[in-house]
Amino acid sequence: MPFIAELLIAIMLVISGVFGFVGSYGLIKLKDPMQRLHAPTKATTLGIGGVLIASMMYFVVKTGQISVHELVITLFLFLTAPITANFIAKAFMARNLKAGDLPKSGTDYGWSVYSDPPGQERSDS
Amino acid sequence: MMRRLIPHPLLSVTLVLFWLALVNTLTLGHVILGIVFGIGIPMITAPYWPDRPKISNPLKIAEYTLVVLWDIVVANIQVATIILFRRNEDIRTHWIPVPLDLTSAEAITVLAGTITMTPGTVSATLAADGSCILVHCLDTDDPDAVRDEIKSRYEQRLKEIFQ
Repeated sequence: MPFIAELLIAIMLVISGVFGFVGSYGLIKLKDPMQRLHAPTKATTLGIGGVLIASMMYFVVKTGQISVHELVITLFLFLTAPITANFIAKAFMARNLKAGDLPKSGTDYGWSVYSDPPGQERSDS
Repeated sequence: MMRRLIPHPLLSVTLVLFWLALVNTLTLGHVILGIVFGIGIPMITAPYWPDRPKISNPLKIAEYTLVVLWDIVVANIQVATIILFRRNEDIRTHWIPVPLDLTSAEAITVLAGTITMTPGTVSATLAADGSCILVHCLDTDDPDAVRDEIKSRYEQRLKEIFQ
């Protein structure tokens, strides 16, 4: 394997390691659960992305074939990471916050965690 | 007839490509199997997804993807700097309501996903009538600037795609 390829792959692995570490570190360093949500959802996308790019480069140089599994992993990550973050955020809001703690939505209806959608308002609440 | 057979043409194409990517080889057998999936799965799931989103400008999708990928790289570096070099007391987090002009559910989903993946922002919830999205921002001086950037950088492009 040529030196340049080894160097590039090594750099990508180091970058991904650093970002993976920062993401995990942020998880324990930040204080508020909503702040903590930022660390893993973002700092780890580049962490995992780096490993995947390194893996693609390795297989291109080693076997001469393009491996697309890495792209599929990236796609799955982009589909699942925001949904996970959204669910954690909603669970946190439902358990720990009141509607009054948040800024107003600026429409006739409140945030969906606390209010019912138009036409489905409960009479007992 | 065509409409019944292939309710979501783009989904069918995506499924074929996806199957080929999963098996990681390009042979006639897998192309045929992929086409079987590409036609079968949309037919079975069509009742759960009655209206197909109209995508007017497929080229814009490529542009949008590149913009978002670039922003993700920038976001990672920004968030990493904040985590590493900022004391917890100095981090100014804000809740930012962003009024939406988008109406289609697919477009709002893409926007919410994009917000979560990019610079220091997480989309938390929607207003009950879907006309406003609540964003949590890790660190900013100026919540209004963040709101305007989301609207001009992402929502504007999505409006051009989903119309």
